[in-house]
Amino acid sequence: MATPVSGQEERRTVDGVTLQVLQGGQGSPLLVLHDCEVMTEWQPYHAALATHFTVLAPSHPGFGGSQRLETIDSIDDLAYLYLDFIASLGLQSVDILGLGMGGWIAAEMAVRCSHSLRHLVLAGAVGIKISGRTEVDIVETFILNRGQLLEVGWHDAALGAEHMKLPGTPGLPDAELLTLIRNREAAARFTWKPFMHNPVLRRWLHRITVPTLVLWGESDRIVRPDYGRAFQRAIPGAQFQLIPAAGHYPYLEQPAAFVASVTAFLRE
Amino acid sequence: MRAYYITEMPYPYYPPEVAQQLHSQRVILPNHYCDPKLASELYNRYLDEYEYADELGLDLMLNEHHQTVTCIDSVMPLTAAAIARRTSRAKLLLLGNPIANRDNPVRVAEEMAFLDCVTQGRLICGFVRGVATEYHPANTNPALTRERFEEAHDLIMHAWTTHEPFNWEGKFWHFRYVNPWPRPYQQPYPPIWITGSTPSSVRWIADHQYVYACFLQPYEEQERLHQVYRERCHERGLLEPGPDKFGFLALVYVGDTDEQAREEGRALMWYLQAVQHPGFVNPPGYNSPETSARMYRGESRRGAGKSWEELNEVGIAIWGNPDTVIKKITYLHERCQVGHLMMMMQAGFMPTEHTRKSLKLFAEEVYPAIRELGEPLDAPQEAAPSR
Repeated sequence: MATPVSGQEERRTVDGVTLQVLQGGQGSPLLVLHDCEVMTEWQPYHAALATHFTVLAPSHPGFGGSQRLETIDSIDDLAYLYLDFIASLGLQSVDILGLGMGGWIAAEMAVRCSHSLRHLVLAGAVGIKISGRTEVDIVETFILNRGQLLEVGWHDAALGAEHMKLPGTPGLPDAELLTLIRNREAAARFTWKPFMHNPVLRRWLHRITVPTLVLWGESDRIVRPDYGRAFQRAIPGAQFQLIPAAGHYPYLEQPAAFVASVTAFLRE
Repeated sequence: MRAYYITEMPYPYYPPEVAQQLHSQRVILPNHYCDPKLASELYNRYLDEYEYADELGLDLMLNEHHQTVTCIDSVMPLTAAAIARRTSRAKLLLLGNPIANRDNPVRVAEEMAFLDCVTQGRLICGFVRGVATEYHPANTNPALTRERFEEAHDLIMHAWTTHEPFNWEGKFWHFRYVNPWPRPYQQPYPPIWITGSTPSSVRWIADHQYVYACFLQPYEEQERLHQVYRERCHERGLLEPGPDKFGFLALVYVGDTDEQAREEGRALMWYLQAVQHPGFVNPPGYNSPETSARMYRGESRRGAGKSWEELNEVGIAIWGNPDTVIKKITYLHERCQVGHLMMMMQAGFMPTEHTRKSLKLFAEEVYPAIRELGEPLDAPQEAAPSR
């Protein structure tokens, strides 16, 4: 990876919600939409991406330092909010990297308004239903303790223990524990039922007209790679790539390989 | 002082080692461990005990939980219906209807009106948010529970006070015609009781002038929460609340001697010893972030880890010979201004002979001495102030 670029924190108000936005780098804008379980802070993968792009990484309403608003409580709301966010920056179109739950938001944005996007990258994205009524496509992470989450979420749980802050992480300061708890509450607001998906999203994924890459950790046991392949098949012309030795958070577990794949695709 | 008998209708005959392994007696404990024939015997035994309590002159309290061995009373209005026609005197306190988790609040209004009419006004209607462990079985969003509770409440009360069809287009529920038949027997509606354990929920209860029902809290905590209710009434210019506004639920056992109550009553601690799955007791958004943080740090919940003697000391349990129990209840009344005592007198493996003996001793030797405590019974129901 090139020399990492530092990020700074800004506040931007869109649709009446004040968002915390981590921002850094230069080049074409890349909107990064985060997942549920992660602490919203500038990470090595942001820094590496920022050597090529202007990284804009907002915290979703209710997460991190972003305001919680009663009137923003569905993934639909978030999709419209981020479309307005793009417009508010005066941008014609942006690249979007959606991670996990952020991938779901990105896909909802793309089926509504592909012309606001240049490229779409979905990594470990949730949001669709692929199998039968009694089959579990997405493991419920809300009931897992730290050890269990690291076990299903990481290729190497020991590496996860080092790199991922979770409730139960030894020595976690009170303020960070409270942030993680609020993140968890915000995640539930948006994803509780139907759990982590929109029953009709899959049938509209054909509306996505921008080049799309579906990236998946080979060892993802929260959402299996087959789920990623189903996402890819439903989006016209989408590519699929596995990241070896990575679980549900390939951007944390294999940041170099992850950033290389994303960068190569976005520069095509 | 009015006394209400309750059993949660436990199904204690499950393999404890399986529950230990799963870290849960609920939600994920497979129901193939449930023998329907045994469940049938248990239901009929518990219903018989309710009828016995009615014969002894007690009022009856019912509640419901789901997908758990701690309580197989999963359909409280049906249980109440089974009891309604076999009793003719007891109040039926349904505490409560988990209205944040029910799919259709209008249906709840209908069920309550049915029960109130069949019993000629013996219904007391409770509404509860539902404990944390109810949110996975119901699959309602634990981060939206307060909002759902309040909208369901508003819809039911509107249905009981608007005597013609109306339209409801809220956040969670949508109806073009709400016009349930019949209306409740008690007009405009039955007495309403609400549970709560935080100052914010107690203030809401005070605003509506409902009865506040406090469950299994030590004396200090009851006092603190009752004070919140009182202060709210003062702030809002509402009447000073009397004991008729405060209910308390305790584990209760009356024995011939203190020693007997100490030994036989211990079985009531069964609920407090249940394995608590951290995922199910702390669903996201259900507890305040601060409470949730305490749970992550492993700080114990109320009552957990306390001995039978300690529970008695702090006021969560009331046990002893009849004189001891009279003194304890009198103390509770004087200290916390409680006017309604809900008594959990059956749990776990407690044999029916013990529950019945304890009920009989309570009815014959304790109740006459405490009945007159506090305000006159059957005070007229005041209509809730409009907000």
